[in-house]
Amino acid sequence: MSGTSSSLSPGFADPAHDAQRLFRRVLDAFSHPGRIVSLAGAAVGPGTISRATTAYLLTLADRDTPLWLAPAFDRPEVRDYLRFHAGTPMVVSRSEATFAVLRHEDADPFEGFAVGTDTYPDRSATLVIEVPSLDEGPIRLCRGPGIDGEAHLAVAGLDDGFWRQCAANHALFPCGADLVFTSGSSLLALPRSISVEVSPCMSR
Amino acid sequence: MSCSELNTEAIERRRRWLSLLAKAPAPRLDSLWQALEPAPSYTILRQPEIGLIMLQGRISGTGAPFCAGEMTVTRAAVRLASGEVGFGYVGGRQAKQAEIVAVIDALGQRDDWRERLEAEIVAPLAREAEARHRLIAARAAATKVEFFTVAREAGT
Repeated sequence: MSGTSSSLSPGFADPAHDAQRLFRRVLDAFSHPGRIVSLAGAAVGPGTISRATTAYLLTLADRDTPLWLAPAFDRPEVRDYLRFHAGTPMVVSRSEATFAVLRHEDADPFEGFAVGTDTYPDRSATLVIEVPSLDEGPIRLCRGPGIDGEAHLAVAGLDDGFWRQCAANHALFPCGADLVFTSGSSLLALPRSISVEVSPCMSR
Repeated sequence: MSCSELNTEAIERRRRWLSLLAKAPAPRLDSLWQALEPAPSYTILRQPEIGLIMLQGRISGTGAPFCAGEMTVTRAAVRLASGEVGFGYVGGRQAKQAEIVAVIDALGQRDDWRERLEAEIVAPLAREAEARHRLIAARAAATKVEFFTVAREAGT
């Protein structure tokens, strides 16, 4: 039979308004680093990736933004879903990706992704990292544009090694990759301009 | 997939159906669809959305292709409870029609619906399209002028 798939699930119920509403939330998250925003109410998605990741990609990804999926997410239902609803091309090479979806336990999350150039710092990748929780991890301090003084970050599932790489990424500014953490239907953004302390500032 | 049609036959049939359904007058398709009982249940994968497509043309069918202009198109995609996915593309801003076309396309992949849809929706639409075509051809033929000094090309 022809190439119809039975595993596809619906996209946005109201594409224009849902995308606008979610874009506003994502903008809010990026302009207030560390703030947790809810992307609830959007499409359920293919299941393997979280609802927030689904909502984020449906809102921002399109045929001009190549997507790289971590092996755990690189499954037919995810590829079919994103290709059908967002038209996103899937790439095998990390360096070609505009968006990437990773798991919190993946090693070397920054390795190989585009960081932009001094002339075009915008030609960098945005890494969407799925974590167990956005507010139950060890607390770290972060500073930078969009934060009045300092803010507390409590993303769970990431070790000190990750935050060392994150600090190295921040040091590349104005180049570097931007980070988005998702858990369930919540999202938290950490642009490259934010510096995060490597060691937790207090124990829980 | 519950479909037992042969691959090429199935594609040919879907092509014919989608072509007829897309060209059918929207109110007529709607009334044929309403008459169909029981209404099947389905989920909408892609809400009917309106966009533009670029039309390509060729002079006298053999020339180099050129962009003739853009036209409005409405498309939709649905999935039946049994898993078949159907697509509907129609000209103009016809959200309802695109959705109906998508559902008929999905149902047409099921053995238990195909013959019924062929008899109750596609066949009447084909007859009406044929009648419309004849009417236009007859009107055009009535205006034909015979120039005795101009040799008529073969086949006209």
